[in-house]
Amino acid sequence: MGKKMLVIGEAREGALRNVTFEAIAAAKQISPDGEVVGVLCGEGDLTEQGNEMVYHGADRVITVSDEKLKTYTSEGYGQAIKAVVDDESPEGIVMGHTAVGKDLTPKLASKLETGLISDATEVSNEGGNVIFTRPIYSGKAFEKKIITDGIIFVTIRPNNIPALERDDTRSGEITSRSVEIADLRTIIKDIVRKGSEGVDLSESKVIVAGGRGVKSAEGFEPLEKLAEVLGGAVGASRGACDAGYCDYSLQIGQTGKVVTPDLYIAAGISGAIQHLAGMSNSKVIVAINKDPEANIFNVADYGIVGDLFEVVPKLIEEIKQIKVNA
Amino acid sequence: MNIYVLLKRTFDTEEKITISDARIEEEGAEFIINPYDEYAVEEAINLRDEHGGEVTVVTIGEEESEKQLRTALAMGADKAVLINTEDDLEDGDQYTTVKILEAFFEDKDVDLILAGNVAIDEASGQVGPRLAERLDIPYVTTITAITIDGESVHIERDVEGDVEKVDSSLPLLVTCQQGLNEPRYPSLPGIMKAKKKPLEELELDDLDLDEDDVEPKTKTVDIFLPPEKEAGKVLEGEIDDQVKELVSLLRNEAKVL
Repeated sequence: MGKKMLVIGEAREGALRNVTFEAIAAAKQISPDGEVVGVLCGEGDLTEQGNEMVYHGADRVITVSDEKLKTYTSEGYGQAIKAVVDDESPEGIVMGHTAVGKDLTPKLASKLETGLISDATEVSNEGGNVIFTRPIYSGKAFEKKIITDGIIFVTIRPNNIPALERDDTRSGEITSRSVEIADLRTIIKDIVRKGSEGVDLSESKVIVAGGRGVKSAEGFEPLEKLAEVLGGAVGASRGACDAGYCDYSLQIGQTGKVVTPDLYIAAGISGAIQHLAGMSNSKVIVAINKDPEANIFNVADYGIVGDLFEVVPKLIEEIKQIKVNA
Repeated sequence: MNIYVLLKRTFDTEEKITISDARIEEEGAEFIINPYDEYAVEEAINLRDEHGGEVTVVTIGEEESEKQLRTALAMGADKAVLINTEDDLEDGDQYTTVKILEAFFEDKDVDLILAGNVAIDEASGQVGPRLAERLDIPYVTTITAITIDGESVHIERDVEGDVEKVDSSLPLLVTCQQGLNEPRYPSLPGIMKAKKKPLEELELDDLDLDEDDVEPKTKTVDIFLPPEKEAGKVLEGEIDDQVKELVSLLRNEAKVL
């Protein structure tokens, strides 16, 4: 018997984040014959976003629109989603392990008195059990975890469970539900955006990251060009952020973002354990470093021992070349 | 102000990890205060120094956790509580932890609870928000600045690199992010004083709980190390040729271009 799965969607500046579609795919892996019900919170008309969830595999979507839900707060979203959960009584809930997911899901799990498995990178069905794999100890080990009591509740790490192909011939009902949101005890006064324009780091398929070896803020320019040619995003090690070469919003590592792109190019990064915790699960890692003893070469699939300021511009040219020929 | 800090003793993840019987081998490993909880201890001490009151550090664990509690006392916390589950519990999850903490806080008059935003070992980040929900107080996660002005609290938090400015009010729970402060090292006089500071030890019984009340909702069925990565290919030759080879490998072998 298929399960009824609730997928909590998440938008950023008006567009759904890709991890929302990955969460739908995860819900289908948990229960291939189940029903996937999307839920979206926000302000104004959310029908278009609801349709996007349907195109990516949701069977129907419930939207909760209220001016108090314009920006995310755990209290506002918590009340709205709790109301939908009470209506629907799902057997499972899936959401992305993003800043919002991390903030919201423990509150919901506590409200619902359920377990919660955070930051899963894999779902498998074995002998009637749904098993989730998640990294622990800064990515140095993995654990397999099951829910033993109550509904299946999980957050998934972006970029690990592939989304289903978008199919805009799919259709599903988009229902709007109003929820009386009580006064909020925490109020967002202001949001100062520091993230780089364009591609979101945690969801990017390609990341070009710089470390202390980049030597200055200007030194990031070739890395930005390389990222642009590859359609990727720029990241940094803590060392580069501490040295003031770039903003902390770009930091990848234990205290920064955890990323798992298809291609990670580390330029001038030594490969401290804190940095590896944030990127070592990337699918393909390229290291460019002057120091042949640098730790980053131990996790890299391909390495070039050399000066990044010589290697990166040549790399840009070579990639442009094959793109022209393709 | 009554300030509480939730602290976890963790495995130092800079250590090499080995596994036996689907468990992380703890024998001989180094244990530390979870680094994010250190920010919480430091901030609690600063807020107490500014506003008066008392800092109590609370942990759930085993006898060995006393060491990390003494370190927090040496940093400047006033009191410590060890909820010792060594004899009562074999397994637990975040549900278990929060059930215990909820019972502990039931009769406490709380103004502020600080915790790390995540523990570096199990890395779920659930305990803070879960507890706030049970205590019916607001919470703000991943904070990088906090000022308290009477009952109102002004906070900056890190949201994937963006800075969100949040207003809330006491009582409140916050979880701490890197950038909030630089935790101090315990001073020698601090270490001497810590030996005499009160450290209360409780068991589930003292909280009117038994094993069934705190039964976990999830279970770890296996722990394993990531597959050993094959040694990478460090290219050789002229830089021009290396770059050409790299692009060709990325395209044809790794198939990521």
